[in-house]
Amino acid sequence: MPYVSLSDKDVAHILKTIGIDSTETLLGTLPDDLRIKDKLNLPDGLSEQETMALMRSMAAKNSPVGQGGLSSFLGAGAYNHYVPSTVEHLAGRSEFYTAYTPYQPEISQGTLMAMFEYQTLVCQMTSMDVANASLYDGASATAEAVLMARRVTGRGRVALSGALHPEYQRTIKTYLKSASEDITEALFCTEAGTTLVEAADAAMGDEPACLVVQHPNFFGCLEDVSALAEAVHRKKGLLIIVVTEPVSLGLLKPPGEVGCDIVVGDNQSFGNALNFGGPYLGFMATKTEFVRQLPGRIIGQTVDRDGRRAFCLTFSTREQHIRRERATSNICTNHGLCALQAAIHLTSIGLGGLKALSRVNLSKAHYLRQRLLETKVCRPAFSAPIFNEFTVRLDKDADAVLQRLLKKDILAGLTLDRFYPALTNHLLIAATELNSKDDIDRFAEELSNS
Amino acid sequence: MKQTTDKGFFMDEPLIFERSSSGKRGVEPCQSDVPDHDALSTIPKAFLRDAGDGLNGFPEASELDVVRHYTRLSQWNFGVDTGFYPLGSCTMKYNPKVNEDAARLSGFTGLHPYQNEATCQGALELMHDLEAYLCEISGMDAITLQPSAGAHGELCGLFMIAAYFKDKGAPRHKIIIPDTAHGTNPASSALAGFKVVPIKSGANGLLAPEAVKAVMDTDTAALMLTNPNTIGLFERNIKEIARIVHAKGGLIYCDGANMNALMGLARLSDMGVDCVQLNLHKTFSTPHGGGGPGSGPVGVVKKLEPFLPVPRIRKKGKRFTLVNEGDRPKTIGRMKAFYGNFSIMVRAYAYIRRLGAEGLRRAATTAILNANYMRESLKGDFELAYDTPCMHEAVFSDKLLSGSGVATMDIAKRLIDYGFHPPTVYFPLVVHGAIMIEPTETESLETLDAFISAMRSIAVEAKTAPELLKNAPSNTRVSRVDETKAAREPVLRWRA
Repeated sequence: MPYVSLSDKDVAHILKTIGIDSTETLLGTLPDDLRIKDKLNLPDGLSEQETMALMRSMAAKNSPVGQGGLSSFLGAGAYNHYVPSTVEHLAGRSEFYTAYTPYQPEISQGTLMAMFEYQTLVCQMTSMDVANASLYDGASATAEAVLMARRVTGRGRVALSGALHPEYQRTIKTYLKSASEDITEALFCTEAGTTLVEAADAAMGDEPACLVVQHPNFFGCLEDVSALAEAVHRKKGLLIIVVTEPVSLGLLKPPGEVGCDIVVGDNQSFGNALNFGGPYLGFMATKTEFVRQLPGRIIGQTVDRDGRRAFCLTFSTREQHIRRERATSNICTNHGLCALQAAIHLTSIGLGGLKALSRVNLSKAHYLRQRLLETKVCRPAFSAPIFNEFTVRLDKDADAVLQRLLKKDILAGLTLDRFYPALTNHLLIAATELNSKDDIDRFAEELSNS
Repeated sequence: MKQTTDKGFFMDEPLIFERSSSGKRGVEPCQSDVPDHDALSTIPKAFLRDAGDGLNGFPEASELDVVRHYTRLSQWNFGVDTGFYPLGSCTMKYNPKVNEDAARLSGFTGLHPYQNEATCQGALELMHDLEAYLCEISGMDAITLQPSAGAHGELCGLFMIAAYFKDKGAPRHKIIIPDTAHGTNPASSALAGFKVVPIKSGANGLLAPEAVKAVMDTDTAALMLTNPNTIGLFERNIKEIARIVHAKGGLIYCDGANMNALMGLARLSDMGVDCVQLNLHKTFSTPHGGGGPGSGPVGVVKKLEPFLPVPRIRKKGKRFTLVNEGDRPKTIGRMKAFYGNFSIMVRAYAYIRRLGAEGLRRAATTAILNANYMRESLKGDFELAYDTPCMHEAVFSDKLLSGSGVATMDIAKRLIDYGFHPPTVYFPLVVHGAIMIEPTETESLETLDAFISAMRSIAVEAKTAPELLKNAPSNTRVSRVDETKAAREPVLRWRA
């Protein structure tokens, strides 16, 4: 039987030691009326070779992005980036991936030091003071940030930018179910595509806990973060900036330098494949003054008995296993391996690589936008500046266009009316370093033909 | 940078930032094949980083520097592949390699969550079938795969329970939780807006129906219990307890963290459970990743099904499709973006298909067998918390250590010197100085015997040479770590 290491002889020895005749005797602790009488109705077990063949056949029913498959211009919170070979080879070392949460620091210094470095990398990119060791994904991290802002301010009102990823908005609403009346929406400007400061002001009321703004926002537009920071700080609330495309941080002024109090988002872009939406990598960073309200694991530097530098989990009095119902969050398992992958990706490309990657993404998106607009089939939907993602409005039925382009193996983008009924025939389109000029030119050509 | 060799191959390693030196290049991004876009031509200067911004000391290292750095770090880590990891409640079983290969197939890793459904039928089919398998194993009527971890699943379940009572027009405000519960249970309850009503387990380590009856009322939404519980005992009265809770209109939430003891042997539905989270990273062999990612699917009975998060997967003829909020008016919404930790689901699916019904049952019975072998072999040297046959884990107290000056933590650290990962310690809270050993089904008799032998030696050392325990571990990269200093004088990042 797979994955069981006992021979029949071993089982006999164990039974003898316990002093019973058969395993059945041990199962006697289960009340008889609760026992399954026959066996589970599941497919029969397979050999390893058959298992792998089955998995290959399941995978073959999909058309993945890239690798000679689909040419994708989808983003919207999940970005297709090149992952350096170092990531797979180093994070694939099983000393990393078969370990548990590093409760025993003396035999977990590898995980701990890597996570300490990851926290530092997040702080460096965002210009914030402290970061945690990861959360689940960008959406749940944003919900946690909102809860944290409420704890810090002791206030209830939460204003969400209408240009925040709709699935993030929905997640926040689920998390705040018991207080949904406290959530308001700050409308975006239909011309610029960015959050209106006046609308944010109105949505916040007099005593907001926080204003939540995505930057670059869901439509790909760059927000005027400083202006929004001023508006929320005037009312003594916190500004939460959400970053779903952290490659932008190589180019854009970091949130910590433009008045942000909590930065959250998803670091999937670094080291983590698309994976049909998960696991991704929620991150959170904030100012030193709020560190005791941070949710999730935090790694700290300390010393061992001999005075050597060492690392361990710290501030655990915030956490569920110590504080139970008074914990800052219920999170236990996080996304440590995803964080390790991101750290390896970032250190592999380094400072110069991150900046260069940002510039390539910016250039690809602007070239793509220019080529698409030249077709005259679509117009820019919004006027605000962009990074590597943007929205266009088609002059024809967007779903039909998507279908026709799919026949040419092109995933042309995301139709926005699934989230914003008023934005009919709007397409959200992204470009990364993995979209070649040829792919972009072909997309433009097929769009004009469609 | 200082010389990096400590003792032979026992090498030191600086932080990557300390290895960094200006101008070094690692893996370079591709050359752009499109015209370079001048950022200043479209983006206001105030929105952009300054040209010379070094990002506060962001690393610059060569590719080989990076490879050696993380290779060294991996060597400072202990994982299941390194050795025995009997961490109670965490089910550190072997993580099969074929699962890893399956999860790395480009037909899975290369899928964008928003790509056309026609182009990801295999992924949707896998998720649909995995839901069905988990329903069959747990006995529940419907499953969501969306939650990212066990605690995330608990929260999802509690949101559904809150929504269920709200929908009935009679919201409830309390959750009963036994003192043996994981810390996540009360934390999740509080996060979902409930007040926690703690109750004590009985002298036999089990929850008594009378104790539940005494506090159960019509403002109690649910009783949250773990079965087998964290002492490793099957809650024999669960059916009766469920009857008491159901009679007052309440629900039973089961923390399914210990499902490894029940696969193929008993179903939660038969016990009266209404809602349960399963931990794919425990029971279904997916790796823990040094702290995640896991996956925490939630199973429910029919009456909670309308409240499951969206989207749901439906099979229409031969096609699989996602059903969203419009057709699911009572849904709690979303626990996260997209559909859950898909690559973890791939691993769990491969595991279930590899083992089949027989294999799963054999895994559960062997886990129980191994735990009882541990229990029986060590009970002369350590005090059993409860002297009855256990399920998947055995819990000892520190009673026999009293007077020795040695604490449970010292035993844990000394085990490291013998080459083992320590068990879970000081949990459950109801057992003084608890030592919670979960061997899992995947360990060999030789490994179990080696561990037992080490524990026996340590029991002797505690009396004859306690300093060996107090100074442990002595064969590790660092000696005992000062966790108090870490909290008192926080250094949470490197600074230039």
